[in-house]
Amino acid sequence: MSTPSPKDPLSRQEIAHLARLARLAVTDEELDLFAGQLAVVLDAVARVGEAPVEYVPPTTHAVPMTNVMRPDVARPSLPQDVVLAGAPAAEDGRIRVPRILGEEA
Amino acid sequence: MSAELTTSSAAELGRRLAAGEVTSAEVTSAYLDRIAAEDGALGAYLHVDPEAALARAAELDGAGSVGTGLTGLPVALKDVVVTEGVPTTSGSKILEGWRPPYDATVAARLKAAGTVLLGKTNMDEFAMGSSTENSAYRITRNPWDHERIPGGSSGGSAAAVAGGLAPWAIGTDTGGSIRQPAAVTGLVGHKPTYGSVSRFGLIAFSSSLDQAGPMTRTVLDAALLHEAIGGHDPLDSTSTDAPLPLLVECARRGADGNLSGLRVGLVRELGGDGHADGYEQGVLDGFTAAVALLESMGAEVREVSCPAFDLALPAYYLIAPSEASSNLARFDGVRYGLRVGDDGSHDLDDVMALTREQGFGPEVKRRIILGTYALSSGYYEAYYGQAQKVRTLISRDFSAAFGTSDDPGVDVLVSPTTPTVAFPLGARVDDPMAMYAADLCTLPASLAGLPAISVPCGLSDGLPVGFQIMAPALADDRCYRVAAALEAAQGGPLIDRLARAEKDSAEKDRA
Repeated sequence: MSTPSPKDPLSRQEIAHLARLARLAVTDEELDLFAGQLAVVLDAVARVGEAPVEYVPPTTHAVPMTNVMRPDVARPSLPQDVVLAGAPAAEDGRIRVPRILGEEA
Repeated sequence: MSAELTTSSAAELGRRLAAGEVTSAEVTSAYLDRIAAEDGALGAYLHVDPEAALARAAELDGAGSVGTGLTGLPVALKDVVVTEGVPTTSGSKILEGWRPPYDATVAARLKAAGTVLLGKTNMDEFAMGSSTENSAYRITRNPWDHERIPGGSSGGSAAAVAGGLAPWAIGTDTGGSIRQPAAVTGLVGHKPTYGSVSRFGLIAFSSSLDQAGPMTRTVLDAALLHEAIGGHDPLDSTSTDAPLPLLVECARRGADGNLSGLRVGLVRELGGDGHADGYEQGVLDGFTAAVALLESMGAEVREVSCPAFDLALPAYYLIAPSEASSNLARFDGVRYGLRVGDDGSHDLDDVMALTREQGFGPEVKRRIILGTYALSSGYYEAYYGQAQKVRTLISRDFSAAFGTSDDPGVDVLVSPTTPTVAFPLGARVDDPMAMYAADLCTLPASLAGLPAISVPCGLSDGLPVGFQIMAPALADDRCYRVAAALEAAQGGPLIDRLARAEKDSAEKDRA
């Protein structure tokens, strides 16, 4: 992607790229729809740029907390059969997944 | 007797259970009958298991503990709350048919308290929306007018309680998803202080903002339900170990109607002078009348300016989609839920993309794309980083309004809950920004992690108007006190008027 200023609307091509990054196999019709809608939304949210934020720290969380610890004690996990019962495909006591590498790899 | 049961507050049902006037099975049956008769049209529920509910009620009746605490009272849960063995979808096709292997802490606490689960309520997919029209399953209608939205994202819970299909319900609120549906259906809805109700087992949308809370007919019911679900939970690392304030006691005391000495701030940026664009006159009138009632009970009212609130909407619609794009990465078609394209011809990446394409609806995809963009290299500072700084400014405005040891400030801030009454179904589905505007007033407290309640303040052309009361962190008791006073000053819960109107029209039909 090029580096336009934040207010440039997203192109159809950029939305397709973002969808790929987010693992969404969007259709051409969706790209057309989203391009228009996201342009409006992006224009509205870009107003955060108007805020006087010099020297203002970011807030990541409303309740400031760090390093919440619990005792390092082993506890039972969910039983294997219960976990596999929720999986879309299971085989030999494991979750079966599609291949992760292409033929040429 | 059935109609009487399904228009009672949960507190009143509890009293009658304790007095032995009714059994849990009778109460549960009354609601199940009402669901069977009305939910085809209303669309409040995604899952109801009458046999399981009746068996549970009979078991509680048999154990002889009905009437103590919440024992024997039915409850409905928003479908974002995971329930062991009970289908949970979060309003999404990607989780269709999923039966979670564990209970959310909220569900577990209500179970331990002896409640009967009536069912799981409809919602905008992954809680993204303000009308429940983003549900992948069905439309939910507003019991006051079936052609209008019930609010969202907890619209199923709102319609269930307002329509007499549950005595009370759990909702969740990220940017307003408890308060706005409560406002447009004439209910009480409270978003607790962030961290004071466990998020363990809530299907995450925006983790720094999500919070579960009560949606009820009365302020007292909200306090009772909140006390049952609140408090520290070691399973949620953002859970605070501060004790809950005495909410039920405050709701009871507030109903006495004495607010002398209470300092109330009207937020100018939320419907005040120069900031009333987009607010309906009927909403502003209801708000003004409620403020006058607070003054008549001894409250000192002044206007307060919180300039950063003007940027709450843009900040929220960067922060929430950013967190959502990360949270929803877990729906990958591997460990649970839907899997599409696993036919040997696609690799894992393709299967993920096909699964998510088919499993997610348009609003979820829009937010994932927006969030992915806002977090991407080169744009992070301009969008997500900047939004987080605006979040700091909003918190500072709240702190300034609530005062310091030198300057007392105000005890609570108030505003309309949402700028309009329930809008017609379909009116905003193709216009995301118009839909987002429904959250205008509820977003600031969400971004600051503060408690806020919506309590009815009358009708505008026959539709409910909500009044929002915001308080400092962990001072949820103030919300309940002021809300209870307002409810009492208006002659009791607004939702009772809907039940009376239904009864009148039924009698007219018979005559």
